[in-house]
Amino acid sequence: VEGAMQTDAKIRTAGGTEPGPQGPGCSLRHFACEQNLLSRPDGSASFLQGDTSILAGVYGPAEVKVSKEIFNKATLEVILRPKIGLPGVAEKSRERLIRNTCEAVVLGTLHPRTSITIVLQVVSDAGSLLACCLNAACIALVDAGVPMRALFCGVTCALDSDGTLVLDPTAKQEKEARAVLTFALDSVDQKLLMSTTKGLYSDAELQQCLAAAQAASQHVFRFYRESLQRRYSKS
Amino acid sequence: MKETPLSNCERRFLLRAIEEKKRLDGRQTYDYRNIRISFGTDYGCCIVELGKTRVLGQVSCELVSPKLNRATEGILFFNLELSQMAAPAFEPGRQSDLLVKLNRLLERCLRNSKCIDTESLCVVAGEKVWQIRVDLHLLNHDGNIIDAASIAAIVALCHFRRPDVSVQGDEVTLYAPEERDPVPLSIHHMPICVSFAFFQQGTYLLVDPHEREERVMDGLLVIAMNKHREICTLQSSGGIMLLKEQVLRCSKIAGVKVAEITELIQKALENDQKVRKEGGKFGFAESIANQRITAFKMEKAPVDTCDVEEKAEEIIAEAEPPAEVVSKPVLWTPGTAQIGEGVENSWGDPDDSEKEDDDEGGSDEAVIFDSIKMDTEIEVSNTGSQDAPIVLSDSEEEEMIILEPDKNPKKIRIQTINAKQEKAPSKRPVRKRKKKRAAN
Repeated sequence: VEGAMQTDAKIRTAGGTEPGPQGPGCSLRHFACEQNLLSRPDGSASFLQGDTSILAGVYGPAEVKVSKEIFNKATLEVILRPKIGLPGVAEKSRERLIRNTCEAVVLGTLHPRTSITIVLQVVSDAGSLLACCLNAACIALVDAGVPMRALFCGVTCALDSDGTLVLDPTAKQEKEARAVLTFALDSVDQKLLMSTTKGLYSDAELQQCLAAAQAASQHVFRFYRESLQRRYSKS
Repeated sequence: MKETPLSNCERRFLLRAIEEKKRLDGRQTYDYRNIRISFGTDYGCCIVELGKTRVLGQVSCELVSPKLNRATEGILFFNLELSQMAAPAFEPGRQSDLLVKLNRLLERCLRNSKCIDTESLCVVAGEKVWQIRVDLHLLNHDGNIIDAASIAAIVALCHFRRPDVSVQGDEVTLYAPEERDPVPLSIHHMPICVSFAFFQQGTYLLVDPHEREERVMDGLLVIAMNKHREICTLQSSGGIMLLKEQVLRCSKIAGVKVAEITELIQKALENDQKVRKEGGKFGFAESIANQRITAFKMEKAPVDTCDVEEKAEEIIAEAEPPAEVVSKPVLWTPGTAQIGEGVENSWGDPDDSEKEDDDEGGSDEAVIFDSIKMDTEIEVSNTGSQDAPIVLSDSEEEEMIILEPDKNPKKIRIQTINAKQEKAPSKRPVRKRKKKRAAN
């Protein structure tokens, strides 16, 4: 079970004089996404990052159960389904991280007393799963036409034992890494929405990872923009 | 979320169309919707699309000890899940009647027909066998789940490769895919379910009903068959009476359909194998149709991270240095220590709780007084069942302390603490009661 935890940068203050990440060699795997591929949900998207693939479906704003009703905003629900077996603690933890991120950007107050449900299905896991989940959720929310303050994306960074920074790591790279950091960033000014980390790292490394994630997020947002442009083009 | 009901005029429209031998999507009576099979990068992973119905199948395996009465047979496990993604009416974690029915039918179709050679899954008799688990996830519900699920299950099983094992004496060695090529399962035949929907008490028949047609149908006949025209399962639901000729005709149609589908499956499997062998690109990314405007791909994007180090240094230089944290533990009371600064105690001021304590003490006395009063009253009436009301008053007192519906959560906490503290005084009435009992 992944011990994902939200951490404060200052808690893990260590030496801070670790060797910095090497510039070249950092790249995102190939991306692909398909929108509106399911007929039943209001919005759906499949997002592929390398071999990692997530399918997302969004229902909403729709009727809400009385027990879950919030009188001044929409109830946001995230369901993450693993490919094999029943959802466990790891899925619940990821669900929470995704829900918190979405709640930060979705304008829920425009649809009080409704529910917005995001269902995520893991199709294949080959590293950077949480980042891919976040990206799929964002595209599906856009496809469903849910009003949002900004778009968001997830970027995963891995730090090797010798301090090399790897963006969008594969499952193998994640396994070998000393620390794996996942960030959610918004599209307006690349501010941090959520961060979850695993492993040991210094505060300098955290800032480096964050800066790298911000650089990578530009590519992701450009990918979003181009795919949406294509979607709403006439040809 | 509830299922949107089907209106009467929609229902009438659909039934009228069926009477006129027309279908909403322009198919003929015996036509199947388009079947599309795509494979993932892992072995045993596939997505089957039957029209808009979509099922994800994944096979996994595990070494387990066999069942006691079947020491030399591997275990097959099927699990179909109706994800909320498929339709808003499906609730997560609930075993609906439909789900139970579908799972049972799948098991009958695939396990009871013995299409997988379970004996070949035995590693050490009575000790270690392979458990093959087939997970099926319904991704989009547009009718005829069972056909799509049965196709997905058999395709995933055919596509699956389990790791190779060797047994030397008592030692079982498991080989990684890099060491030895994984081995496919031995499959005897491929049973496939074909659904027939009946309308107007069996007057009209449709193959592969979609979601709307399923909602107006009277009965359903599912025939599971392999390409050798052997019937594996036959199930009729909905409580309609079928004639012998109807069932025979359905089985004939099923034979034709199963032959077509089996051919399609084999072609898809061959294609995937060829691509894998040639080292080409495979996986779901390749199965996305490029020409669609809803799909978009991006090749590997290099990210410039040269200035990352400088940026990080800048941020750290600008940031305030973290406050020196006092790491000396402070002992407040025996059993309560504090390390670091921490956050403010949310359990309320000690003074405040004391005040509360006083209040509670006052009310407590009142309660005691009450119970005494009650006791005296009972003595006056002198009925047989005196003990019961006394016990009641005792429990009432405790309940009052814990469950007092106060809006301030802080207070509730304080009260619960008080409840614990008051254990001692609350014993008083009990003692009294005992005295009374003795007196009686």
